[in-house]
Amino acid sequence: MFPTPIEKTPRAWQLTYQSLLPLALLMWLLPLLAVALFSVKPEADFVGGGYWSLPSYFAGFENYGRVFFDSDMPRYLMNSVLITIPTVIGCVILSSMTGFALGIYKFKSNIWIFFMFVAGNFVPFQILMVPVRDLTLDLGLYNTKTGLVLFHIAFQTGFCTLFMRNFIRALPFPLIEAARVEGVSEWRIFWYVVLPLMKPAIAAMSVLIFTFIWNDYFWAVVLTQGAESQPVTAGITSFNAQYRAAYHLMSAGSIVAALPPVAMFFLMQKHFIAGLTLGAVK
Amino acid sequence: MSTTAMPITEIAPQRSWYKRNEIAVTPWLFLAPGVLFFLFYVIFPIFQSFNLSLYRWDGLGEAEFVGLANYQELSTDRAFETSLWNNLKWLILYLLAIPAGLFIALFLNQTVTGIRLYKSLFFFPFVISQIVVGLVFTWFYDPTFGLLNVMLGWVGLGPINVLGDPTLVTYGIIAAGLWPQTAYCMILYLTGLNAVDPEQIEAGRLDGAKGWKMLWYIIIPQLKPATFIAFVVTIIGALRSFDLISIMTNGGPFGSSRVLSFYMFEKALSEYGFRMGYGAAIAVVLFLIMLFFIAYFLWSMFQEERAR
Repeated sequence: MFPTPIEKTPRAWQLTYQSLLPLALLMWLLPLLAVALFSVKPEADFVGGGYWSLPSYFAGFENYGRVFFDSDMPRYLMNSVLITIPTVIGCVILSSMTGFALGIYKFKSNIWIFFMFVAGNFVPFQILMVPVRDLTLDLGLYNTKTGLVLFHIAFQTGFCTLFMRNFIRALPFPLIEAARVEGVSEWRIFWYVVLPLMKPAIAAMSVLIFTFIWNDYFWAVVLTQGAESQPVTAGITSFNAQYRAAYHLMSAGSIVAALPPVAMFFLMQKHFIAGLTLGAVK
Repeated sequence: MSTTAMPITEIAPQRSWYKRNEIAVTPWLFLAPGVLFFLFYVIFPIFQSFNLSLYRWDGLGEAEFVGLANYQELSTDRAFETSLWNNLKWLILYLLAIPAGLFIALFLNQTVTGIRLYKSLFFFPFVISQIVVGLVFTWFYDPTFGLLNVMLGWVGLGPINVLGDPTLVTYGIIAAGLWPQTAYCMILYLTGLNAVDPEQIEAGRLDGAKGWKMLWYIIIPQLKPATFIAFVVTIIGALRSFDLISIMTNGGPFGSSRVLSFYMFEKALSEYGFRMGYGAAIAVVLFLIMLFFIAYFLWSMFQEERAR
């Protein structure tokens, strides 16, 4: 192990390390802690200029209550859910199929199709912006959640294919050959042999896509406008315009907007990290 | 193995065409929905943008073919030049996330109690939306109450208005962007460090390698795959920077924090614009910069595929 395990170092350094850890964490998360503090301070504290004093009383319920009952926040949150979940499902379906095709079969254009997905996944959003916006307008899907979902599914398929294909490549190939010898048809191999083995990859990928889509802002402003279809990332900016100087409400709103992916991360931590580092470990 | 599979394809005649060609046809059936969708929404639009960059178009009326006029205009556009320089700053400074991530990963690569929770909490900034990161840092930099100026006040400096100063603003936003990006690189290196071969470390120790030498000659070479991924995601992140700029400064002050991705959006869609053709020309330039890196990534991946 590198660096030298802490148990094998002098006592003095062990103690320093143990005390350095929480300190470093505190520094690292300082901006977030500040927001958390802001979100439970009453408005009066800000008016009086006491930005960094401890809250004069705990106003958390009041602030978060206003975010939930006095603003469009719940609608934006709902929109985010309705955009994110279908996208995750769509991506899993499409990419388990493409990943299977590219991971199992050998044919001439295999690597080129794979590279198309990989390269497409890396392009800057702006080169797609105008044509995709026009396309969405033409389909009559501008300013709808469906329009946003369709684009997200298509774009994320690039990344997901990369992910799935690499995972399937690492599966033991003799398994598939054995199934073929038994006369199992190809789609049954997909459904009964490969798909069950893909479960960990699907879990990891779902968490990852959930985070990506939940946090998307660019496409939300390009393809939607207004509270009826915009997700929470775009919603928070109109919230910002509405409560510009109301730091306590802005903080509470930001925390609410940021929470779902954070919760997802903590619940599915293992899968999440497996997803981010896929390919990096091998 | 493959010889035992042969007979199946040979008892062909009485079977249907599909059965006979199953192995050749199946991948295409599985690929079709994904590939078509991807072509439709990602690949074709790239070419459409290239085409559009030769037109003048307000998004509603008739598009007018103007040849390379948009590109000619770009060459004298000061705002474009500023954006390009800022992109360069982003590209170079964003790479700091890689050594910073490695440093934190080395710091956290221990087995004391509660270290798992520490690792997760250090990773936190990456999970939250860039919009929230942007808001948080806008307050952090705020000249009247921001924590930065409070801290500068302790040592008798400041106050400085980072986001209001044309020379500082881009660096301020990049610093905000480095926060989640460093977290990302950290997690990549943490998993990389897990896979480092302990025997090589022991061998290095026997040869008297310690500290920096050990890190440089034994650890870092083994972390190459992690470094590659970190490099890829950091470059892409740098060129995609949009959210932070949009929320923190909206390109200002006086357009000094624009980057290509933001300037393109401004020209094509915001209240200043609806110059779709001109926007597309900016996007093409950005795409060509990215293409340079994409080509390198694909080339590296190709080498690795062949090596397998």
